[in-house]
Amino acid sequence: MHELSIVMSIVDLATKEAAKHDAPLIEEIELDIGCLTGIEMDSFEFAWKQGVKRTILENALKKVNRIEGRAHCNDCNIDFKMQHLYDSCPECDNHLVGIISGKELKLKSLVLPD
Amino acid sequence: MCATCGCGPTSHHEHGYSHGDQEKKGKTIVDIEQDILGENNLLAARNRGFFEGRNILAINLVSSPGSGKTTLLERTLTDLKGELNFAVIEGDQQTANDADRIHATGTKVTQINTGKGCHLDAHMVLHAVQGMKLQADSVLFIENVGNLVCPAMFDLGEKERAVVISVTEGEDKPLKYPDMFHSSTLCIINKIDLLPYVKFDIEKAKEYARKVNPSLEIIELSCTSGEGMHLWYEWLKSKVLTPA
Repeated sequence: MHELSIVMSIVDLATKEAAKHDAPLIEEIELDIGCLTGIEMDSFEFAWKQGVKRTILENALKKVNRIEGRAHCNDCNIDFKMQHLYDSCPECDNHLVGIISGKELKLKSLVLPD
Repeated sequence: MCATCGCGPTSHHEHGYSHGDQEKKGKTIVDIEQDILGENNLLAARNRGFFEGRNILAINLVSSPGSGKTTLLERTLTDLKGELNFAVIEGDQQTANDADRIHATGTKVTQINTGKGCHLDAHMVLHAVQGMKLQADSVLFIENVGNLVCPAMFDLGEKERAVVISVTEGEDKPLKYPDMFHSSTLCIINKIDLLPYVKFDIEKAKEYARKVNPSLEIIELSCTSGEGMHLWYEWLKSKVLTPA
C-alpha cells in the first residue's frame, strides 16, 4: 500500500506550495500519473480519500492525467505503446527497449482561491 | 524537528523552483511541475553522494517475505569476514529479530522498524546511517521490508538493487511484480538445493526476468548447501572499488 505514501508526499508538496501563496485551501489539483509507474489506481483513490482528510486538499477537485506507456526500439527505430514493462518490440520481439513515457509521477498544477 | 534535514511535522525540505503563476477567473493557477517523489529522490541523492565519497558499496536487498534475504546475509557476512568490511541496515515492520541474527555474526547493524510502513525510504536510511559511523571502503547491505511491490518506487541511494526470489515461489514472479525486477540490477534465485522437490522452472523464471529487464544479472545459489555462493561473492567483490 505504497499508494498512501505517494498521497502523503502529494499532500506535503501541495501544502508547501499553497503556503507560499498564503492559500488556506486548494480548489483543484492536477497530477500526471504514468501507466508504467507502480501505482494501482484503485488503491490510489482509496488512499486519497483517507490521506487528504483534515488537510488543505480535503475538498480539492482532483484531475489525474494518465500518461500512456510508450517505448522505443533502437534496432527497428520505432516507437510503440507499452502496456506492461515486459512488452517487447512489435517488430523484432526484442525486450531491450527504452521507455519514453509512462513513468511520470508529477504534481502539475494547483488552483488556489484569491 | 530534525536538525540535519529539517524534517518534522511543520517544516519540510525546501526547494528552489520558481513557477509561473496565472490569474484566471478570480483564482490563481500555480504551475508546480514537480516530481511527487522529488523529496525522496533528493535525500536518496544525498545518501548516494555520501556513499560514493566514502567508497561505500550500498546494496538494497528486496524480495517477498521468506525468500532468504537474512540467511543470505548471515552466510555472506560469515564467509567473507576478514575480506570485506560490512555493515547492515535491517528494515522490518516489527521486531529486531533480523538485526539480532546479523549482530550474532559480529557485524555492525541498525534495525529500522517501519511500523505499518511497507517499505524503507531514503529519509529512514539517512537517519539510520547518521547513527552508524560507517567505515570507508566498506559494503552496506540495506535489507528492505519483505515486499515485492512497494519498495520498488523508493530510491534509497543504493548503488545496486538485488532482488531475491526462491524456488519455492512461482517462476512467474518477475511477470507478476515487474516493477521490482525492472528496477533491480541483480536477481538472486535462492534455495536451488530444493529444485528436485518443487515445480519451479528455473529457465522460465530467468526468461521472464529478462523479459522485464534484459540487462538484469542473474545468480542461482543455495545458502543452505553453499552451491553457487562463489558466484555471488565474485559479483560482490567485482562491485567493490579498491581504494587507490
